[in-house]
Amino acid sequence: MEETRVQEPTTPGALGELARDPSSRKRFLKMAGGSAVAAGLSAALAACGNDKSKSTPEGSALGPLAQYGAGDAGVLNYALTLEHLETAFYEAAIKTGTLTGRNLTRFKQFGAEEAEHVIALTAAVKKLGGTPVQPQQTTFPLATEHMILSTASTLESLGAGAYLGQFERIQSREVLAMALSIHSVEARHAATLNQALGHSPTPNGAFASPVTAEDLQGQIQTFLAG
Amino acid sequence: MKGVEIHGMTRSAFILRGAIAASAAYGARAAGPYVARALAQAQSGDLAIVNFALTLEYVEAAFYKAALTGAKLRSDLKSLATDFGQDEQAHQQALTQLVQQLGGKPAKAPTTSFPVKDDASFLRLATTLEETGVSAYNGAAPALKSPDILIAAGSIVQVEARHAAALHNAANQNPAPRAFDKPLGRALVQSQVNRYITG
Repeated sequence: MEETRVQEPTTPGALGELARDPSSRKRFLKMAGGSAVAAGLSAALAACGNDKSKSTPEGSALGPLAQYGAGDAGVLNYALTLEHLETAFYEAAIKTGTLTGRNLTRFKQFGAEEAEHVIALTAAVKKLGGTPVQPQQTTFPLATEHMILSTASTLESLGAGAYLGQFERIQSREVLAMALSIHSVEARHAATLNQALGHSPTPNGAFASPVTAEDLQGQIQTFLAG
Repeated sequence: MKGVEIHGMTRSAFILRGAIAASAAYGARAAGPYVARALAQAQSGDLAIVNFALTLEYVEAAFYKAALTGAKLRSDLKSLATDFGQDEQAHQQALTQLVQQLGGKPAKAPTTSFPVKDDASFLRLATTLEETGVSAYNGAAPALKSPDILIAAGSIVQVEARHAAALHNAANQNPAPRAFDKPLGRALVQSQVNRYITG
């Protein structure tokens, strides 16, 4: 999966135009939202930053994403920020000694998988010519097992949603394939943690909701110490 | 392409309009290839992928139905089968509409048969089918041209992955055995699904 390379220059064609044209996208959404069945789906579409290009020029429309760099390297750096956070969380949670049995086993495994994501994303960002983001100082609510599980569930759900929210920005097929293969693992983690809490593994029903960069920023703020 | 009305514009006209805008930017002579490519992309590529995904969803939905009617399941599995079966039906309906919106003809529901009779056979088949779903979407999604269809596929594959994990947990198995889920090509997915298709 480290095999990332930039290919396919950004589609200059008609569909690229479509993707950039917010009014066309709205029309498609209107069409997709024509029935109750499509409601969940169009909610997912609507949540996915359709207003990203509002009337702002390219670049500034990136909003909080701008700090991670341009293009696919920027998207991967954004994902890397989250993976660093998750890795730090699992380490801290295991260190408390609060977890036992199956939960401890899962936390060790999920933590190791997040660490693998960090390694792969760091390599991919470098390969694309970007500078990988560094881990930040973190702080998590770890007083009880329930708090630990809730935080884990929150982080993994945000993780899955954040990847889903970025797919449409990714230009390279290889990078998209990589993001997809991580996204479904985050989803597995999230579902498992929900079950550990006695919650539904599919809290949004048949269609998962994307998380925008703005939402993510707001939600992870409490975990950043610095 | 059959006319799908979008605010009084067909989808193909709507794609053409984009192609014409592109030709303004890249020179009038570019219009031909852009138009052909845009239509080809919207029709054959994405449409074929969505229709293929639809077949997969038919099979999954049929499986949960068969399990609920024909197998003796313990209560937690019954409730997973009920919820997940509803999710697969919602996917099936959404994908059917998507195919129609793209001007295509939705794939027909295949006739299926599943060797499901008890908890063990349910868990074995359910995890197999959901894992096939995850790897099929992960394998096909990078080829999608339309960003909207890509988001739809992503939104669905996340739910398939959640199903797979929940079923593994119910079977006392590892819900996430790898850090990276493996994508599967269409031929392999088809051969896995064919085992349950009788007509």
